[in-house]
Amino acid sequence: MTKKGKLANYWAASCGGCEIAVLGINEKILDVANAFDIVLWPVAVDAKIHSIEKMEDKSIDLCLFNGAIRTSEQEYMARLLRAKSKVMVAFGSCAHEGCIPGLANVTNREEIFQTAYHDTPSTDNPEGIRPQTETEVDEGMLYLPVFYDTVKTLGQTIEVDYYLPGCPPEPERIWDSIFAKLEGKLPAPGSVIGAETTVCDDCPRTREEKKITEFKRTWEIIPDPETCLLEQGLVCCGIATRAGCGALCPTVGSPCIGCYGPNEGVEDFGARMMTALASVIDSEDPEEIDRIIHEGIPDPVGTFYRFSLAASQLRRSTLAADGDGEAAASA
Amino acid sequence: MTEKVGVYICHCGSNIAGVVDVEEVAKWAGENLEGVAVSREYKFMCSSLGQELIEDDIKNEGLTRVVVAACSPHLHERTFRRACANAGLNPYLCHMASIREQVSWVVEDNEVATEKAKAMIAGAVNRVQLHEELEPSLVPVNPNTLVVGGGIAGIQASLELADAGYPVYLVEREPSIGGHMAQFDKTFPTLDCAACILTPKMSDVGAHPNINLLSYSEVEEVSGYVGNFSVRIKKKAKYVDEELCTGCGICIEKCPKKVIDDVFEAGMGYRKSIYRPFPQAVPNIPVIDTVSCTYFETGKCKACEIFCPTEAIDFEQQDSYLDIDVGNIILATGYDLFDCKTIPQYGYGRLANVFTSLEFERMCNASGPTEGKIVLRDGVTEPESVAIIHCVGSRDENYNRYCSAICCMSSLKFGHLVVEKTDAEVFSCYIDMRTNQKGYEEFYERLLEEGMNFVRGKVAEVTDAFRLPGEEGKLIVQVEDTLLGIQRRIPVDMVILMAALEPRADAREVGLQFGIACSMEGWFTERHPKLDPVATMTDGIFIAGAAQGPKDIPAVVAQGAAAAARVQGMITKGTVEIEPVVATITEEMCSGCRICNTLCPFNAIEYLEDKEVSYINTALCKGCGTCVAACPAQAISGAHYSNEQIFAEIEGLLYDVISGNGAKAPQVEQEPVPA
Ligand SMILES: Cc1cc2nc3c(=O)[nH]c(=O)nc-3n(C[C@H](O)[C@H](O)[C@H](O)COP(=O)(O)OP(=O)(O)OC[C@H]3O[C@@H](n4cnc5c(N)ncnc54)[C@H](O)[C@@H]3O)c2cc1C
Ligand code: SF4
Ligand code: SF4
Ligand code: SF4
Ligand code: SF4
Ligand code: SF4
Repeated sequence: MTKKGKLANYWAASCGGCEIAVLGINEKILDVANAFDIVLWPVAVDAKIHSIEKMEDKSIDLCLFNGAIRTSEQEYMARLLRAKSKVMVAFGSCAHEGCIPGLANVTNREEIFQTAYHDTPSTDNPEGIRPQTETEVDEGMLYLPVFYDTVKTLGQTIEVDYYLPGCPPEPERIWDSIFAKLEGKLPAPGSVIGAETTVCDDCPRTREEKKITEFKRTWEIIPDPETCLLEQGLVCCGIATRAGCGALCPTVGSPCIGCYGPNEGVEDFGARMMTALASVIDSEDPEEIDRIIHEGIPDPVGTFYRFSLAASQLRRSTLAADGDGEAAASA
Repeated sequence: MTEKVGVYICHCGSNIAGVVDVEEVAKWAGENLEGVAVSREYKFMCSSLGQELIEDDIKNEGLTRVVVAACSPHLHERTFRRACANAGLNPYLCHMASIREQVSWVVEDNEVATEKAKAMIAGAVNRVQLHEELEPSLVPVNPNTLVVGGGIAGIQASLELADAGYPVYLVEREPSIGGHMAQFDKTFPTLDCAACILTPKMSDVGAHPNINLLSYSEVEEVSGYVGNFSVRIKKKAKYVDEELCTGCGICIEKCPKKVIDDVFEAGMGYRKSIYRPFPQAVPNIPVIDTVSCTYFETGKCKACEIFCPTEAIDFEQQDSYLDIDVGNIILATGYDLFDCKTIPQYGYGRLANVFTSLEFERMCNASGPTEGKIVLRDGVTEPESVAIIHCVGSRDENYNRYCSAICCMSSLKFGHLVVEKTDAEVFSCYIDMRTNQKGYEEFYERLLEEGMNFVRGKVAEVTDAFRLPGEEGKLIVQVEDTLLGIQRRIPVDMVILMAALEPRADAREVGLQFGIACSMEGWFTERHPKLDPVATMTDGIFIAGAAQGPKDIPAVVAQGAAAAARVQGMITKGTVEIEPVVATITEEMCSGCRICNTLCPFNAIEYLEDKEVSYINTALCKGCGTCVAACPAQAISGAHYSNEQIFAEIEGLLYDVISGNGAKAPQVEQEPVPA
C-alpha cells in the first residue's frame, strides 16, 4: 500500500445507523485513514459537493453509499458519485433493498404530504403550506429537491458494484469488504458480499420437522431458550434471511426480522417467506388456515417486506395511470 | 444467445388450423423471434412425416433446440422428444407449446387465438434456449408385484402374473377373496352360475405357489418408486392360528353367538361371531369378530377354543405387520353400493318389501339366506308382482350423474330369475335400456319374450298409501309411462332398487396413499382414458376393475389381465428409466431450517443429522416442485423448471407488453434537479 486511495461515504434516505456502523470497526478505522484520503463523508468530514463535481471521473477508489433514493437530490448524488467512483458499494439495507424508507411505497407523495403537513395532531399549519421545488424570495429563487412518489434502491437508480446487506451491516462484514478492496480480492461485480446460506445456519437453536398450528406475537410468549423460535410460533425470518449477522437476534430470543435480505439468487424475500410458512401450517381446513394467518400475522407487508418492499417484485402499491401521485382505486 | 431453434406449428387437421392462422404464426415466428432458425407448419406433426421434418432439420440445419406448437405435452411430449433423440439431440432440449388445449379449443375468436398462439410460442422459444441436457437414470425392477383387492379384477391380475412365473402378494381386506361376484347367484347375460366360474379361480389363487395371499389385511404404508416400492402390510388379528387351522369349521358350528351379516349377506342373513363369509371362502380360515364375540365382551365362552381339534384358536393374537418389497402395484379395490336410504321417496328401510339389488342377489343365491327362494321380508310369502326400478342414484344430478353401466343388465337378469322361480308378474321401470355389449341385446329380447313388462319412465315414488281398488296391502309404484304418455300407479308386492355403483368410501385416502389421483366422483384416474386405461400418472402403479369406474365382469377381467400384462412388460425389461426432471438441494445453500422436511408427497426428502442439511433422494423425487417453492433459502432447484427458464417463458408470453429485455428499474419520474 504505497499510494493512498480515495474514499467517499455518503448517506441518502437512511437513519444514520450505517454511519455509526462504520465507526463500529473501532481502531481499524485508523487503518482506513492510513489507506485512504476521505474525500466526502458528510457526518464526519467537511467536504463540498462542487469539489467532487470537479474531480475526474473514476478518481474515487471506493464509495460506500448508504440510504435509499427518495428525492431528486439523492438521485443526483448517486449519479455523481457513480461517475466519480471506481467501486460503488450499496451499503446497508436501505441502499440494498429500500429498507424502512421503502415501506413508504405502500402509499405515495400526496398521502405522505397530507399526513405530514396537515393531518398529524402536532401539525400547526393554518395556511396549508407545502414544500415547493421552487420558491421566489427577495434574494432570488430557492430550490428544494423533488420528493418522489416511489422510493427506489440504489441499484434501481445507478449501476452498483457490490451490495453490503444488513441494518446496519455488522462491523466484521464492513471491514471484510474494505479489506477485500485493499487487497484487490473483491468478488464478481454485482454480487452481494455475504454468505450463500441463511441465518438458521448460524443459529444455535435446535430444529425439528416444522409444523405450525399457531403464530404468536413476540409479546405473547417467553420463548424456550433452546428450540427454534419458528417452531414455537414466532415468525422468525431466519429461514429466508442471508446469513452474515451471526444470528444475533434469534440467539438472544428475538425472532430474525430479515435485515440481511434474501439469500443468494432469491428474487423476492417476502414471497419466499410466505411460501415457506404456508407450506408448514399444520391444517387441511381452509377456514382454520385463514384464521391462523389472520390472527397471527396482522401486518403481512410489515412482516415479510419490512426491509425489501422497494426491491421486491411488488415494489409499491399501484398508482393511477396518469402518474399524478394519486393512488389508484385498487391500491 | 447462440442457439438455433426450430419452430414447428401443427395444424392438427382442422383442430388448430381451423381457428389459428398457422401460416401467419409460422411466418411471424421465423421473422420476429430471436434465435429461430427454422419455422414451419405442418398438417400432423405427430405423424411419422412430421417427426421426420424435425429430424431432418436437426441434421441438416444444425438445430440445437426444438419447439413444437401442437397439442398438450401430456399427449405427445414423448413423441417429439423421441424424434429429437433419433436425430442425436438431447430430448430435453425440445419444448411443446400447447396451442390446441390452451388456444384453439378454448378461444373462439380467430384473431385473438392467433395472437395467443404467438405469445405461447414466444414463451416456448425464450424458454427452450435455456434448457439443459438431462439424462435419465436406470434403476432395476423388483419382480414382485403387490395386488390390492381380491375381487375378480385382483384375482385375474394375480393369476396372470403368477402363471407367468412372477411372485404376487395379494392383499384383501375381508376374510375371503371373491369380492362382489362371490355374492351373486347367476351372471348376465349367459346366466352362468357365479360360484361355478369364480370359485375355481379362487382356489387357484389360494393354492398357487407364486401367490402369497394376505387376507384380512390392509396396506399400512407405501414408499419408494417404480421398480422399488417398500410396502408395510397390516395383518389384522384373526384370533385363529393360520398354521394350525384346518378349516374344518367346527368352531363356527359350536359358536353360540349369531349376528346379522351386513357385509356378505347384505344384512339379509346371519353369521356367527367366528365366521368365514361363505362356505367356499379362500382362505377357508375363520376369523373372530371381537365386537360381537361373547368372550371378548364378557370374558366367558371360549366354545370355539374348546371344540377346535387342532388348538388353533388364539385369543391373545395381535395385529402383525409384514414388510415387503415390490416393483409394481395393481389397485383393484372395486366399488361400494349407493345407500338407497338417501332417496327417501323410494321407501328403502321404511317399507319392508323394498329391497336393494344386492339383497335380491343374496336372496336368489342357493346358499343365501332364503336358499334361493324369492320371498317377501316375512321369509315365506312368494310375491305375485315385482317392480324393478332402474338408475337408483345413477344418472341423476342429485346423486351421481354417471350411468352405473351394469344395472340395466342386472335388472334383466333379475326379471328372468323372478319369471323362472315364481309366477309373479315383473315390471321394469327404466329410463333408457342400455344393452350395448356382446350378447346383451339378445338377452333383452329374451326377456321381452319371457313376458317382462317394460315401463319407460322415471319412478316418482314408492308408497303404501292405497287409494284405488286393488292397491290395499301393496306397494304402489308411481311412474309416468312416457311411451304411453300417462301416469301409472302399479301395485306390486316387492320392489327392487337397482342401486348405483359408487367409488369405495375410502377411495380418496387409498389414492393418496399410493400417490394416484381420483376423478371428481372418486374413481381412480387412468393415465389416458382411451390409450392407457390401466396405467396411472404414477409410474409403477396400475389400476383394474370397478375401482376405475362402473363396469361388468368381462370388462373387469380384461382390465385385470391388461394390468398384469403391463406389469409383466416392466419385469421382463428389467430396468426402468427414471425421469431426470427432479429437484436437488445445493448443500452449501441449505441452512438446515427443515421447512422442506415434511412437504414431499413422495417422501423423497431426508434430513442428514450429521451435516445439518436436507437431502433429496432423486430416485423418489417426481419433480413436483413443492419443496422448490417452499425452500426459503432457495437452496432447492428443480431441473427443467429453473427460475431463469420460468421467467424467460413469462417474458416471452408478454413479448408484446415488455419492450426490450423488460428493464427492471422503473422509469425515473423526474429529471434530477441539481441540489
Ligand atoms: C347387483 C349387482 C349385480 C351384478 N351382476 C353382474 C352380472 O351378472 N354380470 C356382470 O358381468 N357383472 C355384474 N355386476 C358387476 C360386478 O359386480 C363387477 O363388475 C365386479 O364385481 C367388479 O369386480 P372388482 O374386482 O373390480 O371389484 P369388487 O368385486 O368390488 O372387489 C374388490 C375387492 O377389493 C377389496 N378391497 C377394497 N378395498 C380394499 C383395500 N383398501 N385393501 C384391501 N382390499 C380391498 C374388497 O374387499 C373386494 O374383495 C353386478 C353388480 C351388482 C351391483
Ligand atoms: S430460531 Fe429462527 S434462525 Fe433459529 S433456527 Fe429457528 S427459524 Fe432459524
Ligand atoms: S438476525 Fe435477522 S434481523 Fe437480526 S441482525 Fe440478523 S439478519 Fe438482521
Ligand atoms: S369365543 Fe367368541 S367366537 Fe368363540 S365361540 Fe364364543 S362367541 Fe363364538
Ligand atoms: S427448506 Fe431449504 S434451507 Fe431449509 S432445510 Fe430444506 S433445503 Fe435446507
Ligand atoms: S420436487 Fe421436492 S417435494 Fe416434489 S417430489 Fe421432488 S423432492 Fe418431493
